Amino acid sequence: MRFAVVQFGGSNCDRDTLYVLEEVCGVDTDLVWYKDGLQRNYDGIVLPGGFSYGDYLRAGAIAARTPVMQDILRHAREGRLILGICNGAQIGSEAGLIPGTFTLNAYPKFISRHVYLRVENDTSPFTAGYRKGDVIRVPIAHKEGRYVAAPDVVDRLNREDRIAFRFCDENGAVTPESNPNGSTENITGVLGGDMCNVMVMMPHPERASESALGSDAGIRIFTSMIAHVEQQK
Amino acid sequence: MKYDVTITIALKEGMLDPEARAIRHALANLGFETEALRTARLFRLTLDAPSAEDAAAEAEKMCERLLANPVIHHYTVEVAE
Repeated sequence: MRFAVVQFGGSNCDRDTLYVLEEVCGVDTDLVWYKDGLQRNYDGIVLPGGFSYGDYLRAGAIAARTPVMQDILRHAREGRLILGICNGAQIGSEAGLIPGTFTLNAYPKFISRHVYLRVENDTSPFTAGYRKGDVIRVPIAHKEGRYVAAPDVVDRLNREDRIAFRFCDENGAVTPESNPNGSTENITGVLGGDMCNVMVMMPHPERASESALGSDAGIRIFTSMIAHVEQQK
Repeated sequence: MKYDVTITIALKEGMLDPEARAIRHALANLGFETEALRTARLFRLTLDAPSAEDAAAEAEKMCERLLANPVIHHYTVEVAE
């Protein structure tokens, strides 16, 4: 099993993610510079957080159109696991890996704090380690993290059980007050790909992967991915 | 022929425009009351193309491939010689 973390100019959560995969989860992981492309097939690929290309034009827009994304789209078509975190989520949506997009927060400033998420799907390769309805505490850090999609797209996501996480309060209630950035229906984790083998999310699970960080609630995303790959082998 | 192209990218009608809201609020603090305010992004570029129509078509491709996000934006293209 081998994972990759793809670095773009301006990525800044790449080494944190590498650390979690290698040191905490024990998975062989390559840090791949986007210009080098993917030189082999990977079981899991993470597009990490950061500010690729300075978030010029729109967050993730320029990185989403670099040649390495063709490799990543191919991996997605082949059913391999792709996780986009924060800027990686923006890159993933700009590349069409999931429907809808992320744009400027409803209150247009950078938000960095812990939030609560309600787990909405417990069957995907990314969320199987949770139970539906679990409430987890993870940090967000973004200015363009408001998920927007047309009503028919949101209906389809609901119907196909493709919403992974919603912002909620500490009791799991999904309310306008618990929605930090104005995302449509509090959605902040979306599943894509034919086999739900793609997930993008604005919160940072890698920053909540060890109890020393104040929360280890995010680690199960990575361990779920690893368990899924093991089951496929 | 060289053509000067102006591309305007704006949020679709009905899309929340947080920047516009903040700017409108700041204008109000300065005593300028506005009924509505929207922001847009403008790109000016020069293209070498066989005709104005070709220049416009090229600019539209740029909008579709990169400059606009069809989920939230619409765009207009103006071409001048």
